Amino acid sequence: MIDVSRRHTLALGAGGFIASLLAGRIPVQAAETGTLTVAFNVNVPSFDPTTGASAVNPTIQAIYRSIFDQYVGQKPDLAFEPGLLTAWGWSDDKSKVWMDVRENVTWHDGSAFTPEDVVWSLTRAADPKAGNPIQFVWSKIANFKIEGHRITADVVSFEPTLFKWMAFLTGYVLPKTYYEKVGPEGFEKKPVGTGPYMFDAYEGNAYLRLKANPTYWGGKPPFETVVFKFVTDATSRAAEIESGSSDVTLEIPYEEFDRLKAKSGLKGVATPVSDIGMIFISNTTPAMLDKNVRLAAIHAIDKEAIIKRLLRGYGVPLATLEAPEYAAYDAAIKVPYDPKLAAELLKKSGYSPEKPVSFTIQTTRGFKPKDYEMIQAIVGMWRKVGIAAEIEVYEIAKHYELRAAHKLAPMAFYNWGNAIGDPTTSTGFAMFGPSPHSAWKSDDLDAKIGPLWGEKDEAKRIAGWKAVDQYIAEEGLVIPLLQYAQPVIYKSSLKLTPNVSGALQPTLVAKA
Amino acid sequence: MTTALNRVAMMVVTLFGVTVVVFVLLRVAPGDPVAMMIGPGASAADILALRVRYGLDGSLLTQFIIWLKALLGGDFGTSISFHRNALALIAERLPATLELAVVALGVALLLGFTLAVAGTLAQRRIGEVAVDSLTGLMLAVPDFVWALALVLLFGVALPLFPLSGRIDPSLGGTFRTPFYLLESLVTGQAAAARDVAAHLVMPVLALALPLSAIVARVLKGALAEAMVQDYVLLARVKGMSEWRLVTREALRNAVGPTLALTGVQFTFLLGGTVIVERIFAYPGLGNMAIEAVINRDLPLVQGIVLVFGALFIVTNLLVDLAIAALNPRLRHG
Repeated sequence: MIDVSRRHTLALGAGGFIASLLAGRIPVQAAETGTLTVAFNVNVPSFDPTTGASAVNPTIQAIYRSIFDQYVGQKPDLAFEPGLLTAWGWSDDKSKVWMDVRENVTWHDGSAFTPEDVVWSLTRAADPKAGNPIQFVWSKIANFKIEGHRITADVVSFEPTLFKWMAFLTGYVLPKTYYEKVGPEGFEKKPVGTGPYMFDAYEGNAYLRLKANPTYWGGKPPFETVVFKFVTDATSRAAEIESGSSDVTLEIPYEEFDRLKAKSGLKGVATPVSDIGMIFISNTTPAMLDKNVRLAAIHAIDKEAIIKRLLRGYGVPLATLEAPEYAAYDAAIKVPYDPKLAAELLKKSGYSPEKPVSFTIQTTRGFKPKDYEMIQAIVGMWRKVGIAAEIEVYEIAKHYELRAAHKLAPMAFYNWGNAIGDPTTSTGFAMFGPSPHSAWKSDDLDAKIGPLWGEKDEAKRIAGWKAVDQYIAEEGLVIPLLQYAQPVIYKSSLKLTPNVSGALQPTLVAKA
Repeated sequence: MTTALNRVAMMVVTLFGVTVVVFVLLRVAPGDPVAMMIGPGASAADILALRVRYGLDGSLLTQFIIWLKALLGGDFGTSISFHRNALALIAERLPATLELAVVALGVALLLGFTLAVAGTLAQRRIGEVAVDSLTGLMLAVPDFVWALALVLLFGVALPLFPLSGRIDPSLGGTFRTPFYLLESLVTGQAAAARDVAAHLVMPVLALALPLSAIVARVLKGALAEAMVQDYVLLARVKGMSEWRLVTREALRNAVGPTLALTGVQFTFLLGGTVIVERIFAYPGLGNMAIEAVINRDLPLVQGIVLVFGALFIVTNLLVDLAIAALNPRLRHG
């Protein structure tokens, strides 16, 4: 007979408990389970995609686009396609808009999607009290009329990008009847949309579990279940994919990306996205009012070297605020790296490496990949030609505060997203004086930009923006640096279509 | 009784001080929440409307009085980023943090006591050197470094434990209370209890290792003193084994100061949950606090800091009362 003491019993119990904890920890492939697990880099604080700060967070759109549909769809290359609207357009004189609403669509609660939902969503978005950050666009149309599945509305003020915004931030259709029934708090607890995936369970800062919408108008989604794990720490995200706990992750350091994509069982893509690294110039100090100083600062930056050495080659150097995928991109505009020219320009204004021009440049540190290191490198390049810049590190929240108050330092690093690729949402809002987001505010530039906001001839409008970009480059009013590449690592049992908008949508992932 | 009432009164005063400091610090800290929300085409009127909407248009004093009045009525305000009642959000997340902190405290005590007893039993031998070296290492490495080391060790190199979250998402959404571990244990949900415990292993160790080193060192010192007392010597002469001498005789007298110190250290452990929760994507109050700070979600940050402050104060009060209860000389002033 075996004699078991109390100590043995306790030891056995503890051993059994630990063994049970360790049991079942063998990772399984998404393709085998029908569950796609995404180690996501941000938490989703709100499920209302039309109000508040999270509504204008480009990264979170991946989740919103899973649960909700947009008025107008957008392909991974930024091209537009039918969404909940199957067709749309302007009247010839641009005084009215028309929209054809998709038929045979149901909300996740089983109720029918109707044109009334579209009108209610657009009306709510245009209401200043609703808190939609893009209200200034939605308020450009009013007096909606529904005839069958066609909606018409009057144009209050012509906004050429109206339909583009319908595929972008806050351009989502919400369920009128359900929202009015449960209210904002009820909607946050159980959001209902028409999208490819349905809300199933959510724990803030931990995970969001979605179930496939079996009646989705765009076809059954490739995975039965999608789990977004909110892993905000980049090291932990890399560990998630390396350990097999997650199937796909994004926004990890490029060094980790190169290491992980070389590992067996993993693949990686890092394609350019609609996110631009740039330096704002504020016309608030004498140094910045000197065109020679501005142009010297621009020509002294070797963007190719920065991308190659700091970003391991992941990025595209830019001469304007338009990336190659944008509507007003003009490859003919060149701003070459020319340190000799930079030194000559500075000499004309009485500056040299021995007698440099001094100013402050602000930057975040760790907000974007190698942001601080990039500015350090740029300051080093400037020093050689006669610019002594002092670096000031601040948080992104401080940047917004200073920018809105037009109190940024003479130069300030920032990243600018533009997932609809229209020049108004890149050059426009970044450079137009009355915009709260611009740093350079001058009458000459505003006179060039102003007429373009309401230009009804699309070809003329785009040509106008290209001319503005040319003028900005010649005058040195901003320093475009590069277009970022978004690193995405995923299991080799999957195939993934990179999205230029940067939104890692589960519908773009499939079993290999 | 009077002492206890005095302490409670002091607690209220301290808590008020915390509210003032928190409110003022957040208002003078860089970062305007409205500036983070304004759309690209916002006009000056739009920006002002946003300020009014979030009650940020008045003077600092006016804002404070409005906030304090609401606070006294139990209204922490509405979170700017979550669009929900801040108190409700805090109430949802606090249990996760408390569960993590209490389990970490338990593990720290267990580990610390074990190491102290082992070190005492191995006095003046290689075992004591090993225990001292180990506690030195555990103390020298901060909790967030332990967290990262554990991620690499037990998350990647030997993937034994879950890296993130509080429960496997496939099991989530089935709990009635926010105390997952407690509920699953009480209701006998073995699979859920195992999963919650597995998710706790790494964050608990990250928090517990430095604290257990402190416990071990203090207790080992107290044991060393106790072991040379007359009653221990007498017991040794009577033939009591070293194990029994340490665990039955010396430990009883050495444990008091250690527990008092542990109570104070628990507040530091609570503070440590902020970064550890972030690394392990653990959905507690600390993780939410970081996000609230990044988003300049003033009502939520104020609420979280207030709750943390209250926790610190209450913990210290309980520790003081416990010490007084254990020590008659302190109890009678």
